[in-house]
Amino acid sequence: MMKSATKSDMIRVTCKINGKEYSGLAEPRTLFVHFIRDELNLTGTHIGCDTGHCGACTIFMNGKSVKSCMVLAIQAQGADITTVEGLADGDKLHPIQEAFWENHGLQCGYCTPGMLISGLFLLQRNPDPTEDEIRRGIEGNLCRCTGYVNIVKSIKAAAKKMQSEGGKSARSM
Amino acid sequence: MATVMELVKESEVQWVGQPLKRKEDPRLITGLGKFVDDVKLPGLAFASILRSPYASAKIKRVDVSRAEKAPGVICTLTGSDVSKLTDPFLQISSAPANKVKDYCLAVDKVHFVGEPVAAVVAETRAEAEDAMELIEVDYEPEEHVLDARKALEKDAPLVHEQVGSNLVFHGKWDYGDIEDAIRKADRVVNAKLHFHRFSSTPIENNGVVVNYDRATGFLNIYCNNQMPMFCIPWLSFGLKFPSNKIRMITGDIGGGFGTKIISYPYIALICLLSMKAKRPVKWTEDRREHMFANHGNERSFDVEVPVKKDGTILGFKVSAFDDCGAYTRYEPAGATIWAQVSPGVYHFPNLKVDFFQVMTNKAPVGPNRGYSRMQHLWMIERTVDIIAKELGLDPADVRLKNYVRSDEMPYVTPSGGIYDGGDYSESLRKAMKLIDYDGLREEQARARKSGKLIGIGIATAVDSGTNNFGQVKIITDDNPFSGNSEAARVSIDGLGQFQVGLGTVPQGQGHETFAAQIVADEFGINPDQITVLSGFDSAINPYSHQSGSYASRSAVMGTGALLGATKKLKEKVAMIAAHLMKTLPENISFSEGNVVDKQTGKKMPIWQIANVAWVNNVLLPEGMEPGLVALNFWRPNFTLPDEKWRLNQTLTYSYQTHIAAIELDPESGKFKILRYVIVDDCGTQINPMIVEGQVHGAAAHGIGAAMFEEFNYDENGQLNSNTFIDYLVPSAVEIPHLITGHLEIPSLFAPKGIRGVGEGGGTPLGAISNAVEDALAPFGLQITDSHQNPQHIHKLIREKISKLNQVR
Repeated sequence: MMKSATKSDMIRVTCKINGKEYSGLAEPRTLFVHFIRDELNLTGTHIGCDTGHCGACTIFMNGKSVKSCMVLAIQAQGADITTVEGLADGDKLHPIQEAFWENHGLQCGYCTPGMLISGLFLLQRNPDPTEDEIRRGIEGNLCRCTGYVNIVKSIKAAAKKMQSEGGKSARSM
Repeated sequence: MATVMELVKESEVQWVGQPLKRKEDPRLITGLGKFVDDVKLPGLAFASILRSPYASAKIKRVDVSRAEKAPGVICTLTGSDVSKLTDPFLQISSAPANKVKDYCLAVDKVHFVGEPVAAVVAETRAEAEDAMELIEVDYEPEEHVLDARKALEKDAPLVHEQVGSNLVFHGKWDYGDIEDAIRKADRVVNAKLHFHRFSSTPIENNGVVVNYDRATGFLNIYCNNQMPMFCIPWLSFGLKFPSNKIRMITGDIGGGFGTKIISYPYIALICLLSMKAKRPVKWTEDRREHMFANHGNERSFDVEVPVKKDGTILGFKVSAFDDCGAYTRYEPAGATIWAQVSPGVYHFPNLKVDFFQVMTNKAPVGPNRGYSRMQHLWMIERTVDIIAKELGLDPADVRLKNYVRSDEMPYVTPSGGIYDGGDYSESLRKAMKLIDYDGLREEQARARKSGKLIGIGIATAVDSGTNNFGQVKIITDDNPFSGNSEAARVSIDGLGQFQVGLGTVPQGQGHETFAAQIVADEFGINPDQITVLSGFDSAINPYSHQSGSYASRSAVMGTGALLGATKKLKEKVAMIAAHLMKTLPENISFSEGNVVDKQTGKKMPIWQIANVAWVNNVLLPEGMEPGLVALNFWRPNFTLPDEKWRLNQTLTYSYQTHIAAIELDPESGKFKILRYVIVDDCGTQINPMIVEGQVHGAAAHGIGAAMFEEFNYDENGQLNSNTFIDYLVPSAVEIPHLITGHLEIPSLFAPKGIRGVGEGGGTPLGAISNAVEDALAPFGLQITDSHQNPQHIHKLIREKISKLNQVR
C-alpha cells in the first residue's frame, strides 16, 4: 500500500494550459489527468481505461499529443498544455471541431476530446493524409459509437478546411 | 393485430428526413459536456469498492478496523451491514430461482470474481483506494462451475445453495410440427454452436454520485443508468426508501449499449454510503471493475434443421443453453427476448426451442447491444450457411428461397411477432450488388487456384425495437410488467419560446436533435427555435416508469409521445387563436412561427397567443385554464402472451443485410476484411445522418466481437481479459471502411413509419463466421463459435492437415 500523502507531501505544480497559467497541489503519485480534471476543474479531458489504451485523456503537451493518464502531474511542471477546452478561438470553433460537427464524427462525445487532439496532431505533421494514414494516426484512440467511419471522414474534411485557410489553425498547440 | 398508423404525407414533411447537424454537439466538441464523473458537489467524498478474488467462496470474516483508521476515511460498509439495512433486490425469476438473494454487497458468500464485498468512503479517491487495501477478508474457497451445461449436471456445485439448482428458467416454445417436418425432410442438418461472452464496453464506465439531503429527505442520485426510472422499484424496495423521494439525474452519458441498465446495485450501495457518511459520495468505476461485472449472454446451441434438397428450410429444432453468470437480475428476460425474432428473417412454420437459462460462477450478464436476439440470430445465420454447404448451394440462393416475402407483410411469426414491413430479398440483392458478389465469387475461385483463401459471408438479421414488457410474463405471470410507455412534454412559455422534455435517456443517439425535428414540423418552425432538455432529471423531465433508452425504442416511443403532446398543445393554441381572431379552431394552421386563419389568410405570431395564455389571461376564452404546457404519455398497442406464449414482443422490426469479404492466411489463422457492405432498413429516417452513424456503430461492435473481443476465464474462474490490454477493442485500423446502402420502407405500425435502429442484431457475427468458414472451404472445416480467434483457426487447420497426412 502506498502511504497516504499529508499536506506537506503535496507539491505545487504550475503549468500553462490553453494559454493561461494554472497552479495547484498534487501528490507525487497524482496522474496529470486527475490534476487537470479534479484540481483545475477542466473536465473536458476524459478517463476511459487507466492503462493508456483508450486515448480519451489525450492532450497536447509541449506540442505533442500525450495520454495524460500516462503522465504524473509533477512531470507537467512548467509544461505548455492544450486541452479540448483550448481548441476553439473564443467562440470560433477550430476547423477540426467544425468538421466533427458537420460530419457526425461523434455520438456520445466521450472519446471526442482525445480524438480531436490526436486528429489535429496528425494534421500538424501531415496536412493531407490518406485514409490509411488517418486510421493509423488515431490508432491510439478508441471509439465505441461511430465505427470510426465518420471520424475518418471528419479528419479528412478538417484537413481540407485547414488547407483552404492556409494552415493558420495548424499552429502548434 | 396492431393498428395501422396513417402515414404522414410526403409534402407535409420538412425537417424530418433532413441530415440536421446535432444540437448536442457544440458542448461535446468543446469539452463542456457534463458526464457523471464531472459532477462536483460541496463536501464530496469518494467511495472505493473491494471485490472478490474468488469465483466461489464463503466469507468467514470481514475486518474493516484498520481501514477505518486510515487517513481520510469517513466510513466503511460490509455485506453484514447491508443485510441489516436493506432487503434483497426484487427478482423477476420464477420459483425456485427467485430465491437468489442479491444485495449490493456480498453477504456470506461470493459468487464470481469481481463481486463487491465491502466499500470505503474517504476524503479523496486515492485515500479510499488505499484504505480499501486494509480491509481484511477471510474466505473459504468452494467449488465453482463455469459452464452452463456442466452447471445443469446432477452433482454440479450450486452457485446459490438456497435455490437448490443452477437452473434459472426452462421453457419450451413449440409451434407447428417439427417432428413431422424432420420425417418429411430430404436431409436433416445438425450443428453444435457456441456464442461467446463479450460486452460493448463503453469508453465511459459506470458512475454514481449520491447526495442524501437530510433536510428534505431526498436521495438525489446522479448516474449514467440508461433506464433510471425503471430502477426505482429495485431501489425503493431494496433500500426500504420512499420512491417519491428518490430523484434520478443523468447528464451526458458516454455510451451505454445496454451495459448501463443493471447498475442499480451500485446505485443502492452509494445511496447507503451517502446516508452513512452524511456527505455526498461519488463512485467512478474503473476499467478493470467494468470488465469484471458487465458481460453479455453466452449461449450454446444444439441445432437440427430439416431441409429439402432445393434448400427449402422446413423448420428449426433447437436446444439452447444460456449462461447468465452469477446473478439473474434483469435475466431471465433474456431467456424470452430472443423470441422477438424467433424465425429470424425466414419463413418456416415449424419451430421448437427448448431453452435453458443457467447460472454459473462468472460475471452476471445483462442487456448488451443486440441483447439476446443476436445470439439466436447468429445461430440461425450460421446454420443457414451450413445448410447451403451441405446441399452444395450458394448461401445467397438459400436465403432468397427462405426469406419472408415483402408481399407477406405484415408477417406473423410462429411465436406471434408481427413483422412491420420490409423487403429482405431486395436488401440482399442490393448488398450483393454493392459488394459485387458475382465478381467476388470469381475472384475467390481464381485465388483458390493460387492457394489464397478468400471467404464471403452473408448474414441478414431482424433488428427488433420497442419491446413489449409483457414478454416477462412468460417467465411468471406474477411479473407486474407489460407493454411499453414514454412521456413527452412540449411547452410554449409566455414569450413564445418552445421547450421540449422527454423521458428518454440518450447516450449519444441525438435525442435533442430528433425531438426538435419532430416538433419543428408540427408547428412549422425551425428546430433551432426549440430547446430540448439535455440528459434526464426525474424532478424536471416527464417520465413513465418504462422511460429510458434501451431496446432501440427512443425514436419510436419518443416520437409517439411527442406527437401526442404537440397535438394537445396545437389544439389549445388553436382555440385561443380562434377566440382572438374571431374564427373557428379548425380554421387555424401553423406556419413559420405564426398561426394562420386558413379562410382569411390572417396571421398572428405564436408569441402573442403565448402572452395571452400566460400573463394576459383575462383575454382567454371563458373558463379556459391558463398556460401552454402539454404533457403526453404514449403506449403502443400491445397484448399479453397467449397460452402458447405467442405475442408481438416488439413494435418494430428493422433489418440489415451484411456481406463480408475476407482474406485468411492459413499459416497464422489471421484474416483481414477486404470489403464490408451493409444494407439497412429502419423505415422512415428522422435524421439520416444519425441513422447512418448508428448503423456504423452497431457494425463495429459486431466486427469487434467476431474478431477481437472475448471475456476469457481460466479454470479457476479468473477473468483473464480484464483490461483493454487483453480485451481487444478494435481501433480505426482494425475496423474497415463500411460501405452502406439503405432501404426506407415505412413501418406499418409505428408513428410516422419509423423503426428503431441502433442494435443491428449482431449481424457482423454471422457475416464474419460465414466468411471464415467459406475461406476455409478447401479444408472442409466447420466454424462452430461466434468468436474467430486466429489461434483457434490455426489449430483447426493444423489438425485437419495432420489428419489428412495420416490418411495418406
